[in-house]
Amino acid sequence: MKEKLYKWIFTVLAFTSLIFLIGIVIVLFKEALPIFQKVKLLEFILGKAWYPTYSTPEFGILPLILASIWVTFGAILVCVPLGVGSALYLHELAGYKQRAILKPLIELLASIPSVVYGFFGMVILTPLLQILFHLPTGLTALNASLVLGVMAIPTVCSFADDALNYVPKSFREASFAVGANRWQTLTQVVIPAAGSGISTAIILGMSRAIGETMTVLMVAGGAAVIPHSFLEPVRPMTAAIAAEMGEAPMGGLHYHALFAIALILFLTTFVFNIIAEIISRRFRIKLGLSG
Amino acid sequence: MDSGIKIKSENVDFFYGKTQALKNINLDIYKNQVTAIIGPSGCGKSTFIRLLNRMNELVPNTALSGKIYLDGMDIFDPFVDAVEIRRQVGMVFQKPNPFPKSIFDNISYGLKVNGIKDRSFIEEKVEWSLKKAALWLEVKDRLCDSALKLSGGQQQRLCIARSLAVESKVILFDEPCASLDPISTAKIEELITELKKEYTIVIVTHNMQQAARVSDYTAFFLMGELIEFGKTQDIFTKPKDPKTEAYITGRFG
Repeated sequence: MKEKLYKWIFTVLAFTSLIFLIGIVIVLFKEALPIFQKVKLLEFILGKAWYPTYSTPEFGILPLILASIWVTFGAILVCVPLGVGSALYLHELAGYKQRAILKPLIELLASIPSVVYGFFGMVILTPLLQILFHLPTGLTALNASLVLGVMAIPTVCSFADDALNYVPKSFREASFAVGANRWQTLTQVVIPAAGSGISTAIILGMSRAIGETMTVLMVAGGAAVIPHSFLEPVRPMTAAIAAEMGEAPMGGLHYHALFAIALILFLTTFVFNIIAEIISRRFRIKLGLSG
Repeated sequence: MDSGIKIKSENVDFFYGKTQALKNINLDIYKNQVTAIIGPSGCGKSTFIRLLNRMNELVPNTALSGKIYLDGMDIFDPFVDAVEIRRQVGMVFQKPNPFPKSIFDNISYGLKVNGIKDRSFIEEKVEWSLKKAALWLEVKDRLCDSALKLSGGQQQRLCIARSLAVESKVILFDEPCASLDPISTAKIEELITELKKEYTIVIVTHNMQQAARVSDYTAFFLMGELIEFGKTQDIFTKPKDPKTEAYITGRFG
């Protein structure tokens, strides 16, 4: 009897998060779809003008999408070399003692609130970039990329390090036993074996960067125009939602448009996560670990 | 040094941190013979053969004293390259450990890391070593398949072939049959007997029948010490030390 009760309680707990997920998806779709009665899906996605508050409003989110892509791509350029590089260092070169200190420290980067990162970007990077590139403003895609990149380092590093640790010791031994040196073993056995795990790490880092809101709201500059370089202010999708939701009249077109952006964001990160999951499952099978 | 001796171990002590794993090991390994190392778990037998190709260096916080000679050359001499030693002294592990690559690439890997680029030479060598390892007939039509698709016994023979390809002269077997079924085990043993014509073989085994079947010489290790070493026939029929007798008659271990 008691056992049944426990089982029941845990079943309910386990399904609660699923209920939240379903609830969020339903609300997203319900609030997003009305916009497409006024604006065609293609016009919405490929439209070049985002003037949601004009008397004849225009809802083209291409500038926002491109801003997100630019900023995420820039962040990747920062977090992949740094994250994967530190994972390789931790795994291959750092001794046991160094590793015991370094890994928690790198992971600590993840526990800094994003508003603090944003603040750091505003106060330190902004004037620096402005002087360095002679810009009218330092709040640019580059600024957001740099800060987001640093924010994604712990994700990339941590997952890449796990991937390297999953590579069985026996592969390394086998490689050394046929006379390979450390470098050959790393580049030709360990990294290829961990390759899909490392790509998972990169995708999760991307999904972290694309979904980040507070930082880009603070440092990306906020201009909803199609960016031509990293040195222009941009308005990524998340920043648009956060900045405009407060002033969009509930139930109005602008409101529904913002929900549609949220839906697109959700689907994007959803796809990223599924890809990451598929790759990491293949990875475990490839290494002969349980799928 | 006696020309029949391939590897000579002189006064070897080995420590993991503060724990002494090997105590004053003096042991000769004869050319073109199979030397079995037996003893209960934790007696240092695996530790010992891992010294013979300097695999011990992959474990941090260890210390070694004494000398090990390969063809009269001190393998721990600072001027000797560990990579060269490992090429000459190959190793087959307890659990088959093919790379997650194709069958062909598993063998060619050792050649490539040793700087061989000639494609036709590599192809010949792959075929040659697979034939030597008695695996060629089973895999010749699927060299591009993943090595992980092979059975455990086939994987182990692939690992042997991998070692043969780089022209090892000595092959160390660290309990090669521990995870294999009896039929695969028989094939590996047959192969070992065949290979000793050209190679010097050291095999660590838990299985005393296996030691008796395949080896010419047997060394009995106990708690880091070499208790007795001699012709396999002598060790198994008239052991000199009462501890050896107790072990081979199954009173402990």
